[in-house]
Amino acid sequence: MTDLLKLSGVHTHIGRYHILQGIDLAVPQGQTTMLLGRNGAGKTTTLRTIMGLWQASSGEISLAGERIESRATPDIARLGVGYVPESMAVFSDLTVKENLVLAARDGPLDDTQLDWIFGFFPALRRFWLSRAGSLSGGQKQMLSIARAIIEPRKLLLIDEPTKGLAPAIVMALIECLKEIKRKGATILLVEQNFFAARELGDSVLVMDNGTIVHRGEMAALAADVPLQERLLGLSLEAHQ
Amino acid sequence: MTELAATDPLPKPKRDIAPILLPIALALLVIPLIGSTSSWLTLTAASLAMGMMIFIMASGLTLVFGLMDVLNFGHGAFIAVGAYVATLVLAPFAASVQADSLWVNLAVLAPAALLSMAVSGALGLIVERVLILPVYGQHLKQILMTTGGLIVAEQTLYALWGPQIIPLPLPASLRGSFILGDVAIAKYRVLAMLVGLAVFIAIQLVLNRTKLGLLIRAGVENREMVEALGYRIRRLFLGVFMTGSALAGLGGVMWALYREQVHASMSDDLTVLIFIVVIIGGLGSIGGCFIGAILVAMVANYGGFLVPKLALVSNILLMVAILMWRPRGLYAVTSR
Repeated sequence: MTDLLKLSGVHTHIGRYHILQGIDLAVPQGQTTMLLGRNGAGKTTTLRTIMGLWQASSGEISLAGERIESRATPDIARLGVGYVPESMAVFSDLTVKENLVLAARDGPLDDTQLDWIFGFFPALRRFWLSRAGSLSGGQKQMLSIARAIIEPRKLLLIDEPTKGLAPAIVMALIECLKEIKRKGATILLVEQNFFAARELGDSVLVMDNGTIVHRGEMAALAADVPLQERLLGLSLEAHQ
Repeated sequence: MTELAATDPLPKPKRDIAPILLPIALALLVIPLIGSTSSWLTLTAASLAMGMMIFIMASGLTLVFGLMDVLNFGHGAFIAVGAYVATLVLAPFAASVQADSLWVNLAVLAPAALLSMAVSGALGLIVERVLILPVYGQHLKQILMTTGGLIVAEQTLYALWGPQIIPLPLPASLRGSFILGDVAIAKYRVLAMLVGLAVFIAIQLVLNRTKLGLLIRAGVENREMVEALGYRIRRLFLGVFMTGSALAGLGGVMWALYREQVHASMSDDLTVLIFIVVIIGGLGSIGGCFIGAILVAMVANYGGFLVPKLALVSNILLMVAILMWRPRGLYAVTSR
């Protein structure tokens, strides 16, 4: 299987802090790769560096064989990268419709795609003309994901989509992401919720102190409790 | 939020109307204090006209503040430059300016205003590229650079035109007043209200009915996410900066005609009012800016009539009161 995204020896400094300390990773085409790790390990910085929101100080990042580490964020997005930040970052002054109109960069909203999205997130249809700022946390997350998938994207970078959400909404999000995966999307997904990670991940990368300390199959990590405890400080049983 | 059943009608967006009611309430509140209805009407018309002119000058600055997070202390330079360009254009057409026909007057006034906007907009392009671009994200340096730019602009105007006040007479057909019973409303104030309203409607249409407007509103709130959606916001910044500068130029022409004079430091007093309007309106909010401008003008006019000794501090008091009520302004758009 070919790798859609590759990072080789990527370092990122934010001010005087050396956050990413030589990241090497690959995201295979059509797979969901989970990026796990403790708080402060550098997961969000990795996504932001790929997206060009923070510039890599050194190293190479390539998307479908094309070097992108020195490109500006809009150019990277236009190569087909969708980004769902941890903060959701919906435009709260805009309506749900306006948020999606803006995300549909290449033209008017596609009704078929919209119906597909409404199938997962009926709340977005109900609150179509409501200001995004008036949505609940779960609905904002739905809108944030809908914004990333309103047009076909080569790669989706999703940062902790289940954070702070009620269990029922987490389940709905997992089902949605599974469906996006079934449609052949390539996803790099940061997640703290190990249950969600196990449900969604094909492969897994574990970060600590700005480096990748483990890479392998998600199923293998899910089956290896001592390894989970060593890498993440948790056991799967504790989260079931 | 309560979930709706699928069959329920779509909810309508809730409108925050409290700020809109504020100038209405203020206007009604001062009626018994002023006593005379005709004085009240004259003062109210003067407030609306002054408010519209301040709005035209401030509208660009609030978007520059909100979208670009740029503290442009040199905004007044565009106001003065716009006014000076108008004197240059109108000087050779003095006969047309003083003609009795409204259409002849407007035939010279409109191109003068458009040229002033073009020159101020072009100056905005230079200022953004030369002074602002190197200091994006650095507020202290922005203050120093733009204040320096304002001083350079003012001194250049002094060097070119001299220190004297240049008269800019109102066109003949815009002199005098409309008389309604015992109330006199200056014709030029009516024109200022109409132009201000037209600018407000035009900006609202662009912001609410076009994708460009959506991008500006989204950029005011979260520039980073707009870029992550694939839009080059720097170009948008430049366009907004130039438009803001052009509107300041238009405001400068309107204000100069209102005062019938032009001088290099004409914007010094206005800049304070403009900043108060931008702050109480909420950074980046055109609606807030519109209401803020009317409030500031009302407080200046009513306050000047009722308590002249408080005229100098009345708008500062207004700003304090509004910020105590809504710390991020009447309509908070950005989180700054």
